[in-house]
Amino acid sequence: MSNAWNKMEIIRHKDRPTVLDYIPAIFTDFYEMHGDRYYGDDAAIMAGIAHLKGTPVTVIAEVKGRNFEENQKSNFAMPHPEGYRKALRLAKQAAKFGRPVICFVDTPGAYCGVEAEERGQGEAIARNLYELITLPTPIITVVLGEGGSGGALALSICDELAMLENAVYSVISPRGAASILWKDPTREQDAAEALKITADDLKMLDVADTIISEPVGGAHNNPVQMAENLQEYLIGAVKKLSQVPIEKLLANRYNKFRKVGDVSE
Amino acid sequence: MLEDLFKTVKSRFEADSAADRKSSKVAIPQDLMFKCPRCGNVMFMDDFLGASKVCSNCNYHARLTARERLKITIDKDSLVEYDATMTSKNPIDFEGYEEKVASLQEKTGLRDAVVTGECTIKTKPCVIGVMDSHFMMASMGSVVGEKIARAFERATEKRLPVILFTASGGARMQEGILSLMQMAKTSAAVKKHSDAGLLYITVLTDPTTGGVTASFASLGDIIIAEPKVLIGFAGRRVIEGTIRQRLPDDFQSAEFLLQHGFVDMIVERKNMRRTLSKLLRLHGYKGETA
Repeated sequence: MSNAWNKMEIIRHKDRPTVLDYIPAIFTDFYEMHGDRYYGDDAAIMAGIAHLKGTPVTVIAEVKGRNFEENQKSNFAMPHPEGYRKALRLAKQAAKFGRPVICFVDTPGAYCGVEAEERGQGEAIARNLYELITLPTPIITVVLGEGGSGGALALSICDELAMLENAVYSVISPRGAASILWKDPTREQDAAEALKITADDLKMLDVADTIISEPVGGAHNNPVQMAENLQEYLIGAVKKLSQVPIEKLLANRYNKFRKVGDVSE
Repeated sequence: MLEDLFKTVKSRFEADSAADRKSSKVAIPQDLMFKCPRCGNVMFMDDFLGASKVCSNCNYHARLTARERLKITIDKDSLVEYDATMTSKNPIDFEGYEEKVASLQEKTGLRDAVVTGECTIKTKPCVIGVMDSHFMMASMGSVVGEKIARAFERATEKRLPVILFTASGGARMQEGILSLMQMAKTSAAVKKHSDAGLLYITVLTDPTTGGVTASFASLGDIIIAEPKVLIGFAGRRVIEGTIRQRLPDDFQSAEFLLQHGFVDMIVERKNMRRTLSKLLRLHGYKGETA
């Protein structure tokens, strides 16, 4: 079994903790905020305000459920445009009140549907990329499991991108890539390897900044330990980034994304 | 998701696909006649080319190469091209990618899927970018992302407006995560240009989809589309698979986008140059004789 596929099996484990487990373990006083103020509230993205060891922060998270009912409610973590617009509204509010923003990414991708197109899925994602790059407050993104393409990128414009050890991040699902490239969706394991989607790959490609260790065998083997590792990372990252003057922070953020790519001239 | 975009885009809009040729009972000489992929109308090639590749029956605005687009849009010989020799590497060692790029370079005469540079339109200077769907369905990899980001940065430095003609099947999966990150890179450069108070006009052409729709294509101060073109985020087949029913023909058309509030205006190709020139003028950009 390929390394990438092994990780995909771990993140699909039925007992893998989700953000619904992590939020109460990592934060105190979490108050959820609803709605994008234009159309509706998207349960695929949960957002709110909380304390991280005494520091007020804004939390924005893609919600994988822990069972079928929770997943039905959160549309299996596939956001609609109003989810991304809610995220942007609360990110801007965070900047207004000087709170750092913590984003948790865990999605197969932005939802593909008629209403999502009618309400501008493309525009909603684009707007987040455009606005978050200059949002004057620290942003930290942690990929918990699945980083699915544009649907993940919309919450990944940040000062530091961290990935859990077994998390993956990909431009296209391995299955999709296999069916387009080789006309054979069953070759998804090959595609998973070829696309270089693991946390180690992303660190090597200079896209991910930090890898957060998981308990042996995966987060599901010790969710309490996992939450502690996450909390420890977040406290350190918030402290570090909060000391950087905003102008410098934004220049670094621009360069972080500006430098990505590989061309010859 | 981007899964089916390539397939969808090809099956719906490829004017001269092999399947199309086989299925038509009456053989249409490819270089003498044009058969519209939208309405099936057959035109003499000379008439079709004379109409800048617009179908005389349904007004479908067929795809142009970047060179053809520049020719009907900008002042003659005014283009000073940027980064003309930039070409892609194979950042994740994807099997077959280098060969594919090399063969397309040979076939199209392009180095990659976008041409950028400075030009004048009715003597008004601007930075222009034209994506070319004939090169790997104008998918966005490092070269497209870098050339577009640099075009915006140079325009910001020189205080010039930017006009982009977009077309794309989405992100270039052969470059893995780096292709996805080009969405962030280009959008960041657009923001910098916008924060400097400068004008950005996007012209959405056939097809504008996936990661390009979800980044710079949707971020223009003014968003124009050509008639009948395909614009969307997700692939039609993916959506049809989700809802298990056939979508109406006009779904994700320019007209659909206009109706839902994501496009400012639909402009016919024959009026595009004049429209762009007037919009530049309305933003204070003056030509030599204006």
